[in-house]
Amino acid sequence: MTDHVFRAEKLTKVYRMGEVEVQALRGVDLTLARGELVVLLGPSGSGKSTLLNILGGLDVPSGGEVWYGDHQLHGADEKALTRFRREHVGFVFQFYNLIPSLTALENVALVTEIAEDPMPPRDALARLGLDARRDHFPAQLSGGEQQRVAIARAIAKRPDVLLCDEPTGALDAATGVLVLEALDSVNRELGTTTLIITHNADIARMAHRVLQLADGRIAREQRNDVRAKASELSW
Amino acid sequence: MSMLARKRWRDLWHLRGQAIAIILVAAVGVANLVMSSATLASLQASRERYYREQAFADVFADLKRAPELVAAQLAGIPGVVTVDTRIVAYGRIELAGFDEPIRLQALSLSAHPATGLNRLRLREGHLPDAGDRHALVLSDAFAEAQGLHTGDTLTVVMHGRRQQFRVAGIGATPEFVAQMPPQAVFPDARRFAIAWLPRPALEAAVDMDGAFNSVVLALSPGTRRRPVLEAVDQVLARYGGIGAIAREDQRSHRYLSEEFRQLRTMARLFPAVFLSVSAFVLYVVLSRLVAGQREQIGTLKAFGYRPWEILVHYLGVAMLIGSAGALLGLGLGVQLGQQIAGLYRDFYRLPYLDFTLPTSVLWLAIAVSLGSALIGATVPVLRAMRLPPAEAMRADIPWRKRWLRLDQFGPMQQLSQAHRLVAHNLLQRPLRTTLTWIGLALGTAIIMMGRFQNDAIDNMVNRQFQRGQRHDVSVAFVESATPRAIAELRTLPGVMRVELQRSVPVWVRFRAARYRTAAVAVIPDAQLRHPLDSQQRPIMPAPGGLLLTDYLAQMLGAQPGDLIELETLDGHRRVLHKPLTGVVSEPFGAQAYLPLETLDRELGDGARVDGAVLAVDSAAQAALFTHLQRRPVIAAIDQRKVAIRNFYESMAETILTFTLITTAFGVVITAGVVYSSARVALSERSRDLASLRVLGFTTAEVGYLLLGELTLLTVLAVPLGFALGHALVAILVMGFDSDLFRIPNYVSPATYGIAGLCSLGTAWLTGMLIARRVQALDLVAVLKARD
Repeated sequence: MTDHVFRAEKLTKVYRMGEVEVQALRGVDLTLARGELVVLLGPSGSGKSTLLNILGGLDVPSGGEVWYGDHQLHGADEKALTRFRREHVGFVFQFYNLIPSLTALENVALVTEIAEDPMPPRDALARLGLDARRDHFPAQLSGGEQQRVAIARAIAKRPDVLLCDEPTGALDAATGVLVLEALDSVNRELGTTTLIITHNADIARMAHRVLQLADGRIAREQRNDVRAKASELSW
Repeated sequence: MSMLARKRWRDLWHLRGQAIAIILVAAVGVANLVMSSATLASLQASRERYYREQAFADVFADLKRAPELVAAQLAGIPGVVTVDTRIVAYGRIELAGFDEPIRLQALSLSAHPATGLNRLRLREGHLPDAGDRHALVLSDAFAEAQGLHTGDTLTVVMHGRRQQFRVAGIGATPEFVAQMPPQAVFPDARRFAIAWLPRPALEAAVDMDGAFNSVVLALSPGTRRRPVLEAVDQVLARYGGIGAIAREDQRSHRYLSEEFRQLRTMARLFPAVFLSVSAFVLYVVLSRLVAGQREQIGTLKAFGYRPWEILVHYLGVAMLIGSAGALLGLGLGVQLGQQIAGLYRDFYRLPYLDFTLPTSVLWLAIAVSLGSALIGATVPVLRAMRLPPAEAMRADIPWRKRWLRLDQFGPMQQLSQAHRLVAHNLLQRPLRTTLTWIGLALGTAIIMMGRFQNDAIDNMVNRQFQRGQRHDVSVAFVESATPRAIAELRTLPGVMRVELQRSVPVWVRFRAARYRTAAVAVIPDAQLRHPLDSQQRPIMPAPGGLLLTDYLAQMLGAQPGDLIELETLDGHRRVLHKPLTGVVSEPFGAQAYLPLETLDRELGDGARVDGAVLAVDSAAQAALFTHLQRRPVIAAIDQRKVAIRNFYESMAETILTFTLITTAFGVVITAGVVYSSARVALSERSRDLASLRVLGFTTAEVGYLLLGELTLLTVLAVPLGFALGHALVAILVMGFDSDLFRIPNYVSPATYGIAGLCSLGTAWLTGMLIARRVQALDLVAVLKARD
């Protein structure tokens, strides 16, 4: 068993959107170590979300290789990718993506129901300080609360990796800090390998490692000797 | 309950308005299926039971007169199990307080009423003693219509004799499930009676001692009919047999069988229309649901939900709707079925009509409802299943093919922005636009079907009894008479014109085909009654030739110019060969027409008349009836206008019920389609509309943007609805054509108008319901929410 959770080599991705062809990734090499918290920085259109989608098994690369441990993700079929996501990955999205017709607790239970060894949904919510809000529907929660429900949902199945796409993108600073604290504590306490996409450079200070993506390639890599606490961040 | 199941229920609750619309449309389809199929099954089961219990005969034969001994010869025909000879006579009834003529068909009671064929089933009273010459059993429909009961007395005029009879019992036999006067095309319960008399009484009344003029047979199961019929004809030929018929051709049985055929057609046609509409409304609503939940689908997939789990989730929504439609439809169908069965029970004289819902119909109803939901759901559900998760996370880009960008060309550019937006919305989803258009049109078409029955009957009655017939009164003689009888009629009070009638039972043959009917004499210069061609003009057979009803010519495969064989069955059996010189267009019956002088010459008995049609001065009508009733040679007196009026009265309830139910069904379709489409449009565009409101657009302007396309579609759907309605009517009448009657493919201008207005009105009311939602748009909430 290798220490690398993810290993990607020469990843490329080309989209066809109607009549337009978009080259989203132009050869990305990347490794992610177990328990690592990595922040992926980059401007809009740099390919951050595409990379995260490929690592999370939501999409397949047009070229190159990507491995999750010993599992080959490039060229895997839909069935294999679904199983991979189901067993190993937790997602946190910019706009929370909660199911509006389900309560906070039910949104978490939606995922624990199909997981093998999940934590009880209420525990997951309690960990994010949301036990009192468990019976509220998404529309009755603030943006920060919704994102914390989304994190509870993502971690409740005890995933090996947590992939977060702009988790604070729709939040104000104070609320954003709460969300980042939650992600940080999950990473520290549960040892979940975490990849956070953001275009906010300050968030990078809380990571073990920072990758800078530009024009479909990793332009820069930086390791933080000292990780800042979420509460110290600002934007 | 799993979280996905909870989500499904809550999604359904959110969609409840649209779900209810689809459920109602599907339910109406299922209800039609259940109503028609269960009524059909109930009628069939009741008829079978009635036939079995009352020993309905297999073969019927009428003749002039044969000695009772001949029965033994008939019994010797292979396959014949029972022979029941009888006497059938025609006459009149006179009732105190009812001045109009009443026709009577009298039959002798079987010598063994408990074991014979066509056994009487009494509703009231008892059978008269075999020797009782003054008691009879009266048909139930007539007794009911005239309020007669056992113990009442009435006067019977038969063969010139007037006699008092006591009503011993009231009942009917399976021979008269449809109780119609001979040659009549519709029942007239108040003016037509059937009476069963002990045989000696009837023998005496019509001078038939030791003889019979009608016989019924029962055959052993599996016996082929044709050889028996031919053998019977051979035996009876010398006794004036007019041709034996099998049960399948017996009048009452035929009428009921035709009714079954109609019900079978309805059981297919109506459900097919409604379930296709519910399927495509479901398609529109589910497509919107899936489109609106793209991100949710993506999220579920991101967390590892499998494609088939997504498929089951959305299919579940469709199946719940389909199941609700089936359940509601079953309930509604049973309710309506019971009502319709009640109407049938009154129209056809079945002693019982137990409405039952066969298990097969139950399962079929559930299967077709779920099947239609499945068809409607297939495309959107597969789309949800196949949606790649990464793509699901991105907003849907409405790609359009170049040819659909019509709104950017030519005259479109001249339109105002609001109109262009309407055009753009219609063109953006061509499949949905087309389906909505067809759905709305089907609403109009169904409303047309509701009134079509009315139109068709009007048209048939008009053609047969208004244009082709102008007489006031018709009379039938007890036996054919000399033309002197006509001269006598001319002398009666109020009689302005008299035209004689002559007809003879015949076999019409052409190549291998044959048909038993009547050859009717056509009088030159007839004014009161004459056959018409397809252009509604009087038509005469060319000298030496004959005419056939168009349907009969078609049935035989004969073309004008073909040589047709006629074998007369009355008196001297003669075989004539005449060229077909034209066809008669008439909605009822199928007959042959010959010039009077041909009939007189070829039949060999000189000039004879069977009856006459009279033009009468209405002021003198009562006096005329008194005179006519006194004449023993007159067997039947009919008033044309009274018969028509009475027919309309008897059909009024049935027609009204059918029209109301069908119109309500059509309204359900239109309302369902408009409501669902508008709600889908509202859910897709509420954000845009709210933005426009914020920018200063008025509610009316925003309402136009939302409902403009539906208004346009509704208006465009009216002509399509007319065309579809016409097509549905064509399919319907195709299934109804028979030698008994042909229902014309005719829709009156009033029906077009009413159907169009009903559809537009329904659409408008439904649109107003949605417009209120536009007024209630919560601008802030809509704009805050992420699309």
